[in-house]
Amino acid sequence: MQAVVNVFLKEGVLDPQGKAAHHALDSLGFAGVSDVRIGKQIIIQLDTEDKTKAEAEVKEMCETLLANTVIEDYIIEID
Amino acid sequence: MKVAVLRFPGTNCEFDTQYAFEKLGHTTQLVWHEKETLPSDIDLVVVPGGFSYGDYLRSGSIARFSPVMKAVTSYANDGGKVLGICNGFQILTEAGLLPGALKRNNDLHFISKHQNLCVINNDNAFLNQCQKGEVLNIPIAHADGNYYIDDAGFKKLEENNQVLLRYSDSKGKPVVVNGSVTSIAGVCNENKNVFGLMPHPERALEAILGSVDGIRMLKGFDA
Repeated sequence: MQAVVNVFLKEGVLDPQGKAAHHALDSLGFAGVSDVRIGKQIIIQLDTEDKTKAEAEVKEMCETLLANTVIEDYIIEID
Repeated sequence: MKVAVLRFPGTNCEFDTQYAFEKLGHTTQLVWHEKETLPSDIDLVVVPGGFSYGDYLRSGSIARFSPVMKAVTSYANDGGKVLGICNGFQILTEAGLLPGALKRNNDLHFISKHQNLCVINNDNAFLNQCQKGEVLNIPIAHADGNYYIDDAGFKKLEENNQVLLRYSDSKGKPVVVNGSVTSIAGVCNENKNVFGLMPHPERALEAILGSVDGIRMLKGFDA
């Protein structure tokens, strides 16, 4: 099984990279962009075929290491 | 005083830190990150600056799981004094030994320069040789020094005198350097035995290098 984890700064925590990219998009003439957030994607290969088990395990990985929950949120997708 | 200085793969301020404490008359010992125990009879643990584990994932996020950090955590929980400088500050926040987190600087630049700092609180084992409101000139060198804490956490810091230092101008007025919440440059934990700051006091010990203000800061631990 594969887990795709997206980690990004929490709503309300200023994202300096997103802000810089937003500014660059504005300068390039891309109108109508209201916000840009930049995060990171972590792709994990898992041995298990049990989706529930995989979800629980990846959630624990996020809480322990992959995200700093003081400033970051994460979304887990499992296929 | 006996000072343990931790060393992770990618640490690069360990020798400067040893030099600083030895200059102040203390003995120091480097401790490799794989050690599961700290030397006996130590009076202080310093987590020095650098780029532990290449800053991969997040600054300090991998180092905090090193075997030695378990020993540091129990040492701190027993009331032992711990100081984290720059990457050391990042490691201590990642480890949950200090509140808040350090994000990428607002302007995305690596900032390396001498910076004025205003002493906010001195009722602790670290800054007791400095005066409240005093301005110190200490080098900074970081890309991830943008201190973040939520409103509730900030309120607790303020109430308990846990804000140690703020980036300031020469008069002590806070200035924006990297985007830190209220220009915070250093904090301590609630029990005031764990300290963290982004600036490098160990680089401000010689007049020929621009400042000797670091001496007064580091002297506090022995007072």
